[in-house]
Amino acid sequence: MRNRPIVAAAFAAMASAAHAADVIRDPAAGWDYLWYEVLVDISILGIAFALITAFFVIRYRRRAENEVGKAGRLTAAAAVGWTVIPMFVFMADDFFLAANGWQLWNTYRQPPANRIEIKLESGMYSWDYTYPNGVQTQNVLKVPAGKPVLLRMTSRDTIHSHFIPDFRVKEDSMPGRVTYLWFYPQKPGEHIVTCAEYCGIMHSYMIGKVVVVPEAEFTAWYEQEERKLAGGAGQPKKAGA
Amino acid sequence: MGTLKEWIFTTDHKRVGVLYLIGSLAAFAVAGIMALLMRWELTTIGPTLTANPTTYNVWLYAHGAVMILGFQIPALTGFFANYCIPLMIGAKDVAFPRLNAFSVWLFYVGIILAILTFFIPDSPDIMWTAYPPYSTITSGNTALYTFTVLILGFASILGGVNFLTTVAYMRAPGMTWNKLNIFVWCTLAAFVLQLIFVPVLGTAVTLISFDKYLGTGFFDPAKGGDVLIYQNLFWFYSHPAVYVIFLPFIGVVYEIVATFARNRVFNYKMVVYGGIFGIVGLSGVVWVHHLYVTGMADWIRIGQMVTTLLISVPVGFTVIGLVGTLYKGSISFETPMLYALGVLFLFLIGGLTGIPLAITSLTLHLSDTYYVVGHFHYVMAVAGTFSIFGGVYYWFPKITGRMYSEAIGKLGFWITFAGTNIVFWIMMDIGVKGMPRRYYDYAHFPQFENAHQWMTGGAALIGLGFALAVLNWIVGAIRGAKAPDNPWGSQSLEWSTQTPPPPGNWKDVPTIREEWDPYAYARP
Repeated sequence: MRNRPIVAAAFAAMASAAHAADVIRDPAAGWDYLWYEVLVDISILGIAFALITAFFVIRYRRRAENEVGKAGRLTAAAAVGWTVIPMFVFMADDFFLAANGWQLWNTYRQPPANRIEIKLESGMYSWDYTYPNGVQTQNVLKVPAGKPVLLRMTSRDTIHSHFIPDFRVKEDSMPGRVTYLWFYPQKPGEHIVTCAEYCGIMHSYMIGKVVVVPEAEFTAWYEQEERKLAGGAGQPKKAGA
Repeated sequence: MGTLKEWIFTTDHKRVGVLYLIGSLAAFAVAGIMALLMRWELTTIGPTLTANPTTYNVWLYAHGAVMILGFQIPALTGFFANYCIPLMIGAKDVAFPRLNAFSVWLFYVGIILAILTFFIPDSPDIMWTAYPPYSTITSGNTALYTFTVLILGFASILGGVNFLTTVAYMRAPGMTWNKLNIFVWCTLAAFVLQLIFVPVLGTAVTLISFDKYLGTGFFDPAKGGDVLIYQNLFWFYSHPAVYVIFLPFIGVVYEIVATFARNRVFNYKMVVYGGIFGIVGLSGVVWVHHLYVTGMADWIRIGQMVTTLLISVPVGFTVIGLVGTLYKGSISFETPMLYALGVLFLFLIGGLTGIPLAITSLTLHLSDTYYVVGHFHYVMAVAGTFSIFGGVYYWFPKITGRMYSEAIGKLGFWITFAGTNIVFWIMMDIGVKGMPRRYYDYAHFPQFENAHQWMTGGAALIGLGFALAVLNWIVGAIRGAKAPDNPWGSQSLEWSTQTPPPPGNWKDVPTIREEWDPYAYARP
């Protein structure tokens, strides 16, 4: 009897730990892991093919002017075997990679519930963000550390692509459609945002940044901007929008 | 040699082929110079060669459009198909020689239109993909792009009709389907793809000009259109177009490898019915991997991730067939063989680095970076060009009746090979680290300046190596030593006629013996 609260607490702690691990999987960490896994996979294949080719090229080099190759016709069984076995090897690898890719894809496409949701409208040549409270910023996306960020994106002119290399994510923004991406900033810092879809003359200068700040600092800034909006004491950073 | 008039009005498939070769090499030179100008511009952060980003964007547009539409496709399905297919199947000419002549005229009109880019005030700056809305609002000339694509597509369709008929009906007596050269199969498959998919591209590029000049709104959401329709139509053609390039170029490599290894093609039926047919079968259901980051529905992005990965099966067959052909061969290393082995190496790197790009989730980071650019240059652009150069070297004695310089040929190969790996390996590396493509300037990525300088150096090597090869051909064609009929000791039928082949190709149409096939080297 005496133990019951302790056991219950232990279960609750385990459950919440499992829950937390479930809810926020960092896509960027998942990306780095899968990338490494795929690199190992393709390196093995590449080195195997390269070594076999190099061996053949050296072993079977021509030694006399009138020499010809000695390969005979394959028997039917050998021909089928040499088709079916590689096919199964490749397909096994394909499905293995597809399964891993799909799993990570689900992480990328299912944003956690405790996110902050920000609207993005892209245009030649700026990133215009609108926070839930109406605060607007241009080319600077200020977010709190430790909270998943979801961007709902559209564009007012050409197609752009909101690329944050440090968070291993991009998605196009385009007129007439709403797309989304999310990322999980965990530590304070600055990360470049760059346009990854050719959008016009100044494409290569369409640069912004994600500024990750401690949660308290973010809240202070956020509320201050909100007061400015409500009180009319200041204009939002992006005038006229 | 014949007069200029005889060449212009020729209906001989060999001369038509040579006209394709000259035109496509001219296009290659123009597009290659664009690449060098871009690399020069990117040597330093900020303006280097031009202070106007539009100038750079026009180079980039011209480089992509001309390399693909004006060089690779015409060189492979124009020159090689024309020159080799009738000789390989034992025909006197193609089925429709006048149609053939007309298609090479159209090709010249097409490349003249493409090159007009540099002489009009409003040069297109829309990239070879011409995505709307940008292509419909730019002040660049989208119509020029539309007409260039339509004219070249017209030529491709005529070529398709012609060569499918030629191979179906004009094979020499005894030339059964299973005795066809791998190159013939590959080219047939490429023409099937052209016939199916070119009309879709024609539709797409016509609609952007309608939107821009006639005020329709097919791709304009404000008028009820949708921007993604274009991308779907465009890639529905342009992904198969990669196989239109890949299939003939791997076919050329097969011919070279079989001849210089003097060996039977390994598992011919696997290569043809598994590899080539498999690629044709899958080619139309993988285009969405070009749209992984556009917000297409999840089910189709996942579905086409699986089909894209499965492409590794037929492509794997073609690579296994190629490596297997070396087994127990008698391999010598003249210039064409160096290029063929170079293709195998480049294609191995290019093909395997495509696997991460097939995986949707990895592409969310890699898409539209230098990684993609490095990958497709390895797998298609440079591998294809190496194949074209190797193929021209290989058939050079047959075409011109003269030999080229082996020493210059090998020197050119090694210079280009070194340059290629410098440029595109570094390109993939900085792409993974975040360098986006189609950037005139990289002021916000100063950490990549050193890499960009190495790439510019490598590009200069590529240019030097290819220039040496072309010079080698010009000098060889004029004053090379006389070539024997079959300098490489090949079994393939095109080497059995005299050098250069007379009009009509054969004194007597060859009859194919039961035990002959184009790769029968070993005495049974």
